[in-house]
Amino acid sequence: MDGFIELDDVRKVFDIRRRTGFLRRERHQVRAVDGISFSVPRGEMVGYIGPNGAGKSTTIKMLTGILTPSGGRLRVAGVDPSRDRTGLARRIGVVFGQRTTLWWDLPLRDSYGLVRRMYRVPEARYRANLERCVELLDLGGLLDVPVRQLSLGQRMRGDIAAALLHDPEVLYLDEPTIGLDVVSKAKVREFLREVNAERGTTVVLTTHDLTDIEQLCKRVMVIDHGRLVYDGGLDGLHAVGESERMLVVDLEHEIPPIAGVPGARTVKVEGPRQWLAFAATSSAAPIVAAVAGRYPLVDLSVREPDIEEVIARMYAERPTP
Amino acid sequence: MRFGDDEGERGMRLYAAVAVGGFRRYATYRTATAAGVFTNTVFGFIVAYTYIALWNERPHLGGYDRSQALTFVWVSQALLACASLLGGGFQEELQDRIRSGDIAVDLYRPVDLQMWWLASDLGRALFQLLGRGVVPLAVGALAFELALPGDVVTWLSFLLSVLLGVVVSFALRYLVALCAFWLLDGSGVGTLSALLCMFFSGTLLPLNVFPGAFGEVARTLPWAAMLQVPVDVLLGRHHGAGLAVALAFQAAWAAVLLAAGRVLQSAATRKVVVQGG
Repeated sequence: MDGFIELDDVRKVFDIRRRTGFLRRERHQVRAVDGISFSVPRGEMVGYIGPNGAGKSTTIKMLTGILTPSGGRLRVAGVDPSRDRTGLARRIGVVFGQRTTLWWDLPLRDSYGLVRRMYRVPEARYRANLERCVELLDLGGLLDVPVRQLSLGQRMRGDIAAALLHDPEVLYLDEPTIGLDVVSKAKVREFLREVNAERGTTVVLTTHDLTDIEQLCKRVMVIDHGRLVYDGGLDGLHAVGESERMLVVDLEHEIPPIAGVPGARTVKVEGPRQWLAFAATSSAAPIVAAVAGRYPLVDLSVREPDIEEVIARMYAERPTP
Repeated sequence: MRFGDDEGERGMRLYAAVAVGGFRRYATYRTATAAGVFTNTVFGFIVAYTYIALWNERPHLGGYDRSQALTFVWVSQALLACASLLGGGFQEELQDRIRSGDIAVDLYRPVDLQMWWLASDLGRALFQLLGRGVVPLAVGALAFELALPGDVVTWLSFLLSVLLGVVVSFALRYLVALCAFWLLDGSGVGTLSALLCMFFSGTLLPLNVFPGAFGEVARTLPWAAMLQVPVDVLLGRHHGAGLAVALAFQAAWAAVLLAAGRVLQSAATRKVVVQGG
């Protein structure tokens, strides 16, 4: 156990009381996080994904110390977050895509000035950081605009800059690209990559947009029903999710579904075009050869598995307890 | 404790910056300010004529002569926004943040929630004292004969008393806002507190008008610190030791209510931290 972020069998159980009648209440427990263990070394950028209600936000809240775990051991930079929330607050940055820390009625610059005082950032450091953020996030013309007049993408970039002015050692991002257009998304991703590479900031990224993960994280953790169902590289996700590649063949004329090609099965026929699925981990060459040898092949293409489908399948496979 | 002093000074600078922000936030809305000044002035006239009718019928009601009663009217219009006598200010904003869960973001910051909101509310109050207080009072002084003091000391005591009144007002509204942690809809408590405040601060009628035990009780409740005491300080009804007692009365309520706010705040934080809000 020598990671920067360490979770060992962390649990969070919520007591939910429900009124079932006059003065009668029913109590039941919800296991939002049900025994999660992982370790993130300093400077790593990890994706943390899962369907709605899987326990992502609960985990992030425990990591930042605003929620105490019901069990297990949790350390961030050697500190127990819920015991020293304020001390840790100076060392972390948090961005919630759907919430803002900026001062609504005032220019961005005013909110940043407040961040400087709040985190006691030395003047020179603050200037350098702000300059870098302005440059990378393209905030130049926006510093004197009241936050309420910013577009969602601009506000989001403003919020990300606000979370980084105090040089946090770790950055938690919850849906940082939600609702952004393609250009803004690209800018945000580029910026996060730079920050991670330049300053070695550890980044935990929660998102529904898998492109974020594909472009930023080598490692991804999948959580469902409060449990970690996958922790590893993006490629490995395909093996675990039993994902399939697709060989699409165009034939000279319509024929019955192709059968008898080892390792492949025909899943769809549309006129002279047929779709053959095969395991993502195996090679396409023998299958192409087998089809070309036996059928009048005109054209073909291979489609890579869609990570979204892989994960959707992973979610679907786990039964609700 | 050199280090401690340094910490304190940096903290003060942060909250001073928050107060400046609070001031500037309200200063951005010029049309709203102008509309507020207009409303306060119109209301000032309406209430002034009502009071004139009342004091003609009952001279020296509550120990005020007519010009003192009219001073009460115009000062209360001048302080209406500043001391949030009809509610408002940060209260709805904080309640919204609690309801929407945005409050979680505030807990990530290395700041004290109560100090943050107090600083921001003091900034707001200063803006509204200048932006919404000066003009109505000046108009009132031009249109009617008011009993305004001529000496600087009384004015300075008045400003100190207003400051204490604003802190009491803040502390009460902070308690009300924090109720949103436990109630799904805080608007009921908000309305109740606004009604209590309107009556017991003296905004409706000066509290010394009310006779007997009821009047005594009304004058010792915290709302009295928000308007009744500052106006009486301005009218010179407290001098010497009496003035010190009046200011101490305000300061005591401020301290008690701020302390209650801290207790409620830590209970609320514990609730969020353990139960997830």
